[in-house]
Amino acid sequence: MRANRTLEIGTGLFVLLGFAALLFLTTQLPASGLKLGGAKAGYYVTAAFDNIGDLKVGSPVTISGVRVGEVSGIRFDSRDYKAIVTMRIDPQYNQIPEDSYASIQTQGLLGGKYIGLSPGGLDSYLKDGSRIDQTQSAIVLESLINKFFANYSISKSGGADASADNQGKTEPKK
Amino acid sequence: MCSGGGDGYLLEGVRRLGSVTIFLGRLLVQCVPALGRPALLLNQIYNAGARSLIIIMLSGLFVGMVLGLQGYDLLQRFGSEEALGTAAALGLLRELAPVITALLFAGRAGTALTSEIGLMRATDQLTAMEIMAVDPLRYVAAPRFLGGVIAMPLLTAIFSVVGLYGAQLVGVQLMGVDKGVFWSQTQGSVDMHDVNEGIVKSVVFGIACSLIAVYEGYNATPTAEGVGLATTRTVVASSVMTLLLDYVLTAEFL
Repeated sequence: MRANRTLEIGTGLFVLLGFAALLFLTTQLPASGLKLGGAKAGYYVTAAFDNIGDLKVGSPVTISGVRVGEVSGIRFDSRDYKAIVTMRIDPQYNQIPEDSYASIQTQGLLGGKYIGLSPGGLDSYLKDGSRIDQTQSAIVLESLINKFFANYSISKSGGADASADNQGKTEPKK
Repeated sequence: MCSGGGDGYLLEGVRRLGSVTIFLGRLLVQCVPALGRPALLLNQIYNAGARSLIIIMLSGLFVGMVLGLQGYDLLQRFGSEEALGTAAALGLLRELAPVITALLFAGRAGTALTSEIGLMRATDQLTAMEIMAVDPLRYVAAPRFLGGVIAMPLLTAIFSVVGLYGAQLVGVQLMGVDKGVFWSQTQGSVDMHDVNEGIVKSVVFGIACSLIAVYEGYNATPTAEGVGLATTRTVVASSVMTLLLDYVLTAEFL
């Protein structure tokens, strides 16, 4: 009877593990699947962008290159035609000025996108539900190159000027 | 039964193919009554699956870790080490997990099946069953076959998950890829299609490897040498068959 018991426990454990792994692969791995696991601590702020590029849920939020949080949600605002990005900021970073500036940047040449926060100068800080007004969209490399070559073909000297102009495009939001 | 003359090899090959196919047909018929004896089946799932768990998890961990190292080294040359999760997950799910699990299964469980059944054949246990009007296909072969077919997809899934965490261990903890990026990139690029590919492959490999193992044991020459030979043939045939089927299935899925 004892041997039988070990056998049953072993088989049960194996089948349980196998199905747990299958469940993980089918539900957790594809982005379309449902998410388990509770919400992590921190506070949530939002920001509206014209273009988020291939920013994804889970992409990091950084200040001066240090990770302070992550993107927790992305949705489309059909009234303003903007992408509303929700960020979860870790609770220990609770002194980020309210007028900080959020820009979408790229890791490496082909890497994923992340949000870089540049601190502003106000004494009031971002808190749960705050909205970052100053944002800069993702720079789409192709449109940048297109602009550059369009300008370059018109006047050779104006090319560098035009691309710099394009890069610094910001949308103050009121 | 034996091949005759000069062009024996070709004829022998065709005969074996036919023999395996007929064996599969007889086996499948016996699978339905075998399902009605869960105790026998449980025993075989334990033998084929639970006892392969350690080797599968250990291999999965190291394959994933190597994938993390190699992938990182390759991807950072292009400045895109964030794609490590994608590379590791797709590589594991689609190819490495089903194939390596099948190869390990052939070595770990397939050989055990063949030698066990072969020894039963050599010691006339199968003949004794036949004399008692007990179909050895139903009580010996079918539960072992089904056990292997059930165990393989589960083992493959475990291999994938452990491997993924192995890749994460190296990529995130050792190499410093961002954890959030690793998983979000992975989730962004893996879809149901990739998971299905792995599952279908593992089921097919499970059928092929278990069939070969059971067939070789069942038809082993009833001598000590014959059983040894059958075991060797199981490993060789299972491995070759796995890789061959892998190509066909990959071409099918892409």
